[in-house]
Amino acid sequence: MKVNVLAFGIAKEIFNGSSAEIDLNEEATVSDLRTALEEKYPRLKQLASFMLAVNNEYAEGNDILQQRDEIAIIPPVSGG
Amino acid sequence: MIEIKISEKPLQTSTCIEWVMSPACGGIDVFIGTVRNATKGKQVLRLEFEAYEAMALKEMQKLAEQAFEKWDVQKVLIHHRTGVLQVGEVPVIIAVAAAHRAAAFDACRYIIDTLKETVPIWKREFFEDGDVWVAAHP
Repeated sequence: MKVNVLAFGIAKEIFNGSSAEIDLNEEATVSDLRTALEEKYPRLKQLASFMLAVNNEYAEGNDILQQRDEIAIIPPVSGG
Repeated sequence: MIEIKISEKPLQTSTCIEWVMSPACGGIDVFIGTVRNATKGKQVLRLEFEAYEAMALKEMQKLAEQAFEKWDVQKVLIHHRTGVLQVGEVPVIIAVAAAHRAAAFDACRYIIDTLKETVPIWKREFFEDGDVWVAAHP
């Protein structure tokens, strides 16, 4: 399945756009997506850290993704 | 009562304070974040804030609810600005009203400290010679 990953902050620069399309196996987990993202965009490994959010909540590595999920990459936050 | 907002327009400090005022409250604690003119000795020209708005609102709501769970507070307001801000402008206002001051102080500090760790908002600092996304790199 193809999932669309929204990007913010420095992740937009790394993706060179406000989102990226990633090919995953059916029933892929958040960890699988992390691995696929790091392979496609090695600069992500230089970040202090990054989280993934699914449907507006921070996701755990073993959460299973659905094609319709709203997925976002969350680089280190710095609000306030 | 909880009031949460993300806005591209300038935040209104006095309106926020008025919103948390209540006859049942003996104290109001207000944190106002302002854009500083330098980082590590380097002059900052301006800041830009970007939010993942739907999720940021949800996380801000959670912070306010946690404040109610942890302390005896009456009203919590969290406003955050997005877009380009000049030195001296206000990116964030937290206002907490409680019957007694200790709860207001503690809740206000908890909210701003936790907001900086969990709410998906990003700050970009612009200098004479370039720009940087704050906290992005180790």
